[in-house]
Amino acid sequence: MIKRNEDIIIQTVTRLLTPFVQLFALYVIAHGHYSPGGGFQGGCILAASFILMAVANDVAFVKRRLPERLTTALISAGVLIYAGIGLACLMLGANFLDYGILHRVLPVDAVKARALATLGVEIGVGITVMAVMVSIFLNLLSAGRHEEGAVE
Amino acid sequence: MTEHAPVLIIVIPLMAACLNILLGLWKKELSYPWAVLVTAVVFGLSLLLMQTVLSGGTVHYRLGGWAPPWGIEYVIDHLNAFLAVIVSFIGCIVAVYSRRSIEKELPGKQVYFYSIYLLLITGLLGITVTGDVFNIYVFLEISSLAGYALIAVGDDRAPMASFNYVIMGTIGACFYLLGVGYLYMVTGTLNMGDLSRILPGLSHSRVVYTAFAFFMVGTAIKMAFFPLHIWLPAAYTHAPSAVSAIAASTMTKVGAYVMIRIMYTVFKPAFSLEVIPMSAILGWASAAAMIAGSVLALGQKDLKRMFSFMLVAEVGYIVMGVSRGNSTAFTGAVLHILNDAFMMACLFLVAGAVRYRKNARNITDLAGLHQEMPLTMLALFAAALSMVGVPPTAGFFSKWYLILGTIKAGEWIFAAAFLLSSLLNAVMFYRVLETVYYTGEPTPKRQGGSSAAVNEVPLTMLGPILVMAVGVLVLGLFSGRIIDTVIRFTVPEGF
Repeated sequence: MIKRNEDIIIQTVTRLLTPFVQLFALYVIAHGHYSPGGGFQGGCILAASFILMAVANDVAFVKRRLPERLTTALISAGVLIYAGIGLACLMLGANFLDYGILHRVLPVDAVKARALATLGVEIGVGITVMAVMVSIFLNLLSAGRHEEGAVE
Repeated sequence: MTEHAPVLIIVIPLMAACLNILLGLWKKELSYPWAVLVTAVVFGLSLLLMQTVLSGGTVHYRLGGWAPPWGIEYVIDHLNAFLAVIVSFIGCIVAVYSRRSIEKELPGKQVYFYSIYLLLITGLLGITVTGDVFNIYVFLEISSLAGYALIAVGDDRAPMASFNYVIMGTIGACFYLLGVGYLYMVTGTLNMGDLSRILPGLSHSRVVYTAFAFFMVGTAIKMAFFPLHIWLPAAYTHAPSAVSAIAASTMTKVGAYVMIRIMYTVFKPAFSLEVIPMSAILGWASAAAMIAGSVLALGQKDLKRMFSFMLVAEVGYIVMGVSRGNSTAFTGAVLHILNDAFMMACLFLVAGAVRYRKNARNITDLAGLHQEMPLTMLALFAAALSMVGVPPTAGFFSKWYLILGTIKAGEWIFAAAFLLSSLLNAVMFYRVLETVYYTGEPTPKRQGGSSAAVNEVPLTMLGPILVMAVGVLVLGLFSGRIIDTVIRFTVPEGF
């Protein structure tokens, strides 16, 4: 089994690196709709920062910051953001995911509304991808018993 | 709301699956009523769609308002609506049924079960409503992934069975995707309507042949078409009872639907049956499926395993009807999709009930069970008659059309295969029903002389079983009307 890692160099470097990884993830998500990147890629990078923490420390370290209940809730919350934006278009009288119509509720014109709604969808995707990746990793790392906390 | 029904039918179960997790984090007991409510709403929506299609013809829906062929288009004609009604109805019935059996088989995991269950429904319905070949792949993966997860939580051997299914299913989905890729390479479009306009001009392209081959093998794996069925019996035997019922009755049918769409909508019958001799290839393979499925079923001791091999034979029936190239056989195949969904749901629900009450899996354990569970065994009897093809049950009518279709095509040997498979079914069900009704010790009389204690399954399980059993009879009686109002419009042009 995986031994708890006490290497001070690895832990310090991870501590320094994590904010930058997460910032980059947010950048990739935020720029997804008009440059290479997007919710999936950004979500993966965001998850990588948590996975890095788990590798450098242990499962409990990540779970103090991101409890299992929270990841579970985030998985559904991301999908709900995506589907909710689509449904909002439907409520306003356009077809599902026809973001242009959202200019009626947002203080911008139709073209801008489309861009903003796409960003919203990317954020939803990013949240779900991040939560799923972290959840899968923690499950694999602790053979599905991560509710017990530490890794043996 | 009516005009948005094509997309709501997918968005509602998708959102409900996610909301269910949040609901479950708050109150665990809510997830069962929630799943039943959602599947009932979805069934209502599918009926609404059917109504719209029957009165106004094909429904088109543009996702995001983008015009096809650039955007994704949902197209619902008679065949789509027919499949959507079947899937959502069985989804609703099995959801009702699942309460007690899941309580027993997966204690404490109901919330996650129902979330994945709703995702499975989302995927299956998505395949039936979309008019875009790539979108079908996406929904195929949603339904398959949900299916893998649901099967893996079954008994001790389920993870291995599910793993085999993952390998085979992924190869199938991958082949399907390669087919889509090859078509996109030569046509530059993913929309089915657009593809069907472009492809006739390309009917001698090697790339198109390759695409067609990939599509056929991919869908054959997904629908467990003999000899690519090897994942199915283990997966459906070891899955939880409710999962076996929904998977056996709808997943293979949706695979058959995809095959029909690819053969006759994306490609034209002239291509599928004449340029490529699919009629002969699929005909012989289906005949082999029917015989092999039935023979293998004969050798099984486990009830669910026996039904699974029968399902392999039934898939052969459907593909045989689809590939004959005449309207009688095609009508029979589409009718058989409906009938087989009901029969398989009924059989697997009964197997689940037996497992729930007696903790038994083998046919020999059924001995004398008609005294303890009279109504459940009556339902098994009805489904058995239908599987054998005794009038007036549903199975008789679809087999009648299928056999007439093979005779019309002049292929007597395939008609003989149908009869042989039906006879083997009769032998098998004779064995089962004999065990149920004529073996086992007569239950000792209780004090006061009253006969055996009736110990039926709870009402939430018994109700769905009886609905399915009655359904098998009602569908038989109304099969003429079903054909007149829906199925005759599904027959492709040129038949």
